[in-house]
Amino acid sequence: MAEPAAVRPAAPWRTRLAPYRAVLASRVRAQRSYRVSFALDLGSSLLVGIVELAEVWILFHNVTVLGGMTFASIALVFGIADMAFSLADLALGHCDRLPTYLRAGTLDVFYLRPQPVLAQLVASDISLRRLARCVVGAAALGYGLTAADVRWSAVTVLLLAVTFVSGWAIFAALFIWAAGLQFFLVNGAEMTNAFVYGGRYAATQPGRVWPGALKVVFGFVFPVAFAAYLPVLRVVDLPSPHPFPAWAGWCAPVAAVWAWAAALACWRWGMRHYQGGGG
Amino acid sequence: MRALVRTYGRLLVSGFHEASHYRLAAFAGLVANVTFGFLKSAVLFATVDASGGHLRGYAVGSMSAYVWLSQGMLGLVNLSGGHELGDRIRTGDIAVDFARPVDLQLCYLARFVGARAFSLLPRGLPSVAVGALVVGMAMPSSVTPYLLGLVSLLLGVAVSFACVYVIHVIGFWLVETRGLQILYMVVSGFFAGLFVPLPLFPGWLLAIADATPFPSVLMTPVDVLSGRVSDVAAVHAVLLQVAWLAGTLLVGRVLTGAGLRKLEVQGG
Repeated sequence: MAEPAAVRPAAPWRTRLAPYRAVLASRVRAQRSYRVSFALDLGSSLLVGIVELAEVWILFHNVTVLGGMTFASIALVFGIADMAFSLADLALGHCDRLPTYLRAGTLDVFYLRPQPVLAQLVASDISLRRLARCVVGAAALGYGLTAADVRWSAVTVLLLAVTFVSGWAIFAALFIWAAGLQFFLVNGAEMTNAFVYGGRYAATQPGRVWPGALKVVFGFVFPVAFAAYLPVLRVVDLPSPHPFPAWAGWCAPVAAVWAWAAALACWRWGMRHYQGGGG
Repeated sequence: MRALVRTYGRLLVSGFHEASHYRLAAFAGLVANVTFGFLKSAVLFATVDASGGHLRGYAVGSMSAYVWLSQGMLGLVNLSGGHELGDRIRTGDIAVDFARPVDLQLCYLARFVGARAFSLLPRGLPSVAVGALVVGMAMPSSVTPYLLGLVSLLLGVAVSFACVYVIHVIGFWLVETRGLQILYMVVSGFFAGLFVPLPLFPGWLLAIADATPFPSVLMTPVDVLSGRVSDVAAVHAVLLQVAWLAGTLLVGRVLTGAGLRKLEVQGG
């Protein structure tokens, strides 16, 4: 006879995580087994990063200071934001596929398994090709740290570390937030691109150039301004634009907590709304 | 000849009808377009201001025209590289298409133009309206730029289709074209001037862009419509679009012919 069900929740973490590990390991093996296709994917991903950086560089080819920042300091913003976004995309980017599962009714399978649906969706894939794009962000970050007027101290290192982790968490939350809304949108999936991919684009800009409405949307609702721009202002010692106080640069963790709270609430709301694929 | 025009005309109308059923999708596209439009305006206006109000022929009003016309065109042209053709080649459904008494390339072109024309109503015109009302944009006051602009717009849509068609018929040899599609998405948007207008590019990069068909997809229609390029230069730009359209369609035809000889579909 099987052991009593009451004992099961006490199973150690290692055992509880084993199914997720098995799925992720199989996804990693699958991607590596089609070598040509994987190499092409890596190449395209690298190119995405290069083109995005080029778009910023071209603006600075025309002017030396934009929104109060030089190319070196905006490279710092771009580097942190783009790396955090790529790593969030690597772990959670496939949540974009939820509308396909909803239309085909295959999401119902997730409901049948004894694990949380969100955890299964997140662990269902991992896009290693995004690592290539990360390289561009890392290069921009490296250039920014050496070329910009960074005031080095232990506090600066701490601020950069806190920002990087919080930035990743903010973008990760945006992916889950978008997935929660997909339960209602289905065919209107593109709407969430406005704050997921729009959020990435916004996070790499000098926020000083935004009109009030954009400051509200990308500073407070989808708080990507905290993922890189506001903290970098502290690192290179520039004034924060209205309405952000100087200490806002330290508030990335608060922004991350807000984003996760909103994302998880949205996901729960969507899960309850879902009526099944009728299969 | 009349029967031929009627056939492709009907395909065009059917594409329009098909697209008209996905209204929420169109509205979602509008929300995304407008959000990106505001972000683009913010950073590009700041660039114009930082250079003293005039940047390579752009003032704030003409930069606004560039931003909102290009955002409005996003639903019209195909810069994502996605098309059903790739799937049909992979699954073998393409055999059914070849069995039809219409030309494969022209049939898909007609349906594409029809479907994309629909996007003008829920996506294109509202985007431009938001730009004109909320931000304000400098537009020409005579009729000619709009007439020539419409022709240029149509050519841009067709060139984008012809390029995507080439990407997908390469699937006869590659089977999986996803890598190529991503490549197309990145390169075409950049060289079409989607995020930064081409006149802001440094000379060497502009020369590379001009060696591709992508400026004909987006930058030329925007330039002609906004009157940034006018008179003889505008006619010249439109003729260049015609040349790119002929070239890309021809490459697609040659590849289709070669693919057809190679194609082997199982079952029946």
